[in-house]
Amino acid sequence: MADSEVLHAEHRLEYPYSRSTGPIIGAFLTGLRDGKFFGATGTDGTIIVPPTEYDPITSDDVGELVEVGPGGVIESWAWVSNPLRKHPRATPFAWALIRLDGAGTAMLHAVDAAGPDDLATGTRVTAKFRPVAERTGSMSDIEAFVVEGGAA
Amino acid sequence: MADDLITDGSADLGPVTTLATPIRLDFEFTPGIAQSRFLRGLEQGKFMGQRCPSCNQVYVPSRGSCPTDGVPTTEDVLLANVGTVTTYCVVNVPFAGQSIEIPYICAQVLLDGANVSFMGLIQEIPTDQIRMGMRVEAVWVDESDLTPSLASVRYFRPTGEPDADYDTYKEYL
Repeated sequence: MADSEVLHAEHRLEYPYSRSTGPIIGAFLTGLRDGKFFGATGTDGTIIVPPTEYDPITSDDVGELVEVGPGGVIESWAWVSNPLRKHPRATPFAWALIRLDGAGTAMLHAVDAAGPDDLATGTRVTAKFRPVAERTGSMSDIEAFVVEGGAA
Repeated sequence: MADDLITDGSADLGPVTTLATPIRLDFEFTPGIAQSRFLRGLEQGKFMGQRCPSCNQVYVPSRGSCPTDGVPTTEDVLLANVGTVTTYCVVNVPFAGQSIEIPYICAQVLLDGANVSFMGLIQEIPTDQIRMGMRVEAVWVDESDLTPSLASVRYFRPTGEPDADYDTYKEYL
């Protein structure tokens, strides 16, 4: 049998899970759909973003939700030169840990920039949300973060 | 509590309470030479198997070697379109993604000339009349719809022949 007669096929195995968000993450995702960020107040007053239901150190219930961002600071980042199909952007971008203004923790998201020379630890960025009609209440409601004052 | 800050979303949408999190694995499947031959057979409306040169067992679909003797299975064998139900299950429980109307019968069919059975859907018979030993035949899709896939076999249906003797299939349960 010639090699050309050997078959190939795409095969996708998919489990269509859906998860309950609970009241805290649900409020965070609802906020994203409205173009806002909310964090939860931890035991020592740290604002945890994205919010958890319990303080990660004391395990206490978190306190009130407060609005943070939409600007913030890059705490750490990695440039992705060759995005894969699963990545949130088709063009080169950075994964970054971003500490939103008012938050005490950093959040992972994509940064859209022309190249790695535009980014550094400490660079100020701001969230660029998708158009209202495209938002679904998920992290992908944020199209990307962009350098503050940059040409985005 | 800064409730005034907490958005409940627009009146139309309500708060977010669930999140779709599909888990997905994308494969590129290469069945290899032996299974490609089986699949090419399906494309022609035939069941193709392979015989072990050592123990003479016929496998369908063949994986290209005998799992007992570990030798290549090089002889292609065209199998019959008819076989025997060795065992079966009546599916009464609905589940997500179900494409066949319940209740339906899922059976192991031992094709004449083969030494392994494989799973097939049994139709054209009330579910309470299925039985071990029933003789069935494959019903294929229209010739123009044949593909190198098990989807080319629509289902199996009773042939009306007398049931096979238990002794003829007891080794395949």
